[in-house]
Amino acid sequence: MKTIKLAIARYNPEQDDKPHLENFHVPYDNQTSLLDALAHIKDVLAPDLAYRSSCRMAICGSCGMMVDGIPRLACKTFLRDYAGAAKVTLEALGNFPIERDLVVDLTHFLECIEALKPYLIGNERKPEDGPNRQTPEQIAKYHQFTHCINCGLCYAACPQFGLNPAFTGPGAISLAYRYNLDSRDNGKNERMQTMNGPEGVWNCTFVGLCSEVCPKHVDPAAAIQQCKVESALDFARSVINCQKEKEVR
Amino acid sequence: MTNTTNNRVDEPVYWVLFGAGGMWSAIFAPAAILIVCFLIPLGVIDGADLFTGLTRFAGSFLGRIFILLMIVLPLWCGMHRIHHCLHDMKARWPGLKGLCYGLAAALSLVALFLVCTF
Repeated sequence: MKTIKLAIARYNPEQDDKPHLENFHVPYDNQTSLLDALAHIKDVLAPDLAYRSSCRMAICGSCGMMVDGIPRLACKTFLRDYAGAAKVTLEALGNFPIERDLVVDLTHFLECIEALKPYLIGNERKPEDGPNRQTPEQIAKYHQFTHCINCGLCYAACPQFGLNPAFTGPGAISLAYRYNLDSRDNGKNERMQTMNGPEGVWNCTFVGLCSEVCPKHVDPAAAIQQCKVESALDFARSVINCQKEKEVR
Repeated sequence: MTNTTNNRVDEPVYWVLFGAGGMWSAIFAPAAILIVCFLIPLGVIDGADLFTGLTRFAGSFLGRIFILLMIVLPLWCGMHRIHHCLHDMKARWPGLKGLCYGLAAALSLVALFLVCTF
């Protein structure tokens, strides 16, 4: 079996001021994923290595990390693609506070998801009304955004999130936009309040790296640009409404 | 904690002007520059009649609006880009936004005055 050198950023908050790289040589073949390599290191070489994982099939979104500076899912990254490289550097997901080794604190991301209410709002239908049917065209509008697995790679890729850690971010906005586009939903006005605000869509400068790194081929950059159009129209409507209120007075 | 109150920002105004400026710079500005700055002076297009026509157009109401947009929209687009580039380079000077958009607004007023009076 061939071997490859992995340089892994280790960080123990009780001992270290900042992360430092530690080298490991791991065996691999054509089927060895990065997650398999991490499991080998934890089983054989460094039992105290901390990383997150669960499904091993790019569904749970737990194993996001920086691989040579690019945000990737460890389970969807194969060492065969790095054959010939002097080493592969693994670091915790960028732009998030590190808890330990490759584990980051995703609290901000989860709070943003909560704030943007990505669920059906204002649908008064009851079970006795039967299924709430949609046409294929209505589903096609939002379908790609349903693929988000909340892995946070888009946040690690986003330079604007790096500059402003309060930014609501690509993942949460894509999820909110998915429900804004859903014909069964009536909660757009509630979500737009966060989108229009100082931490909302206007932080984005359309770098587009979020869409490039997404392991599920969601296009968060497109969602944010379309939310900007929506937010601009919302702004215009608010100006017109103010005018109308003045006329009424 | 994420701010969920309705605290609207004024960015849509600048973004719409930036978008309009970008479109103008990509579509109308190159054509106008090509015709007026290259094709007529280099004699590629027979200039005499065209130049007279363009001069008449520039003096008309629609021509003045065209010239105004030709100056103002790319100006807002450019200042918006400069503002955001400086933000990306971590320039967090107080008043930077006011300086960029204030300059665009002031130059737009100058352009409006010149277009109305020439």
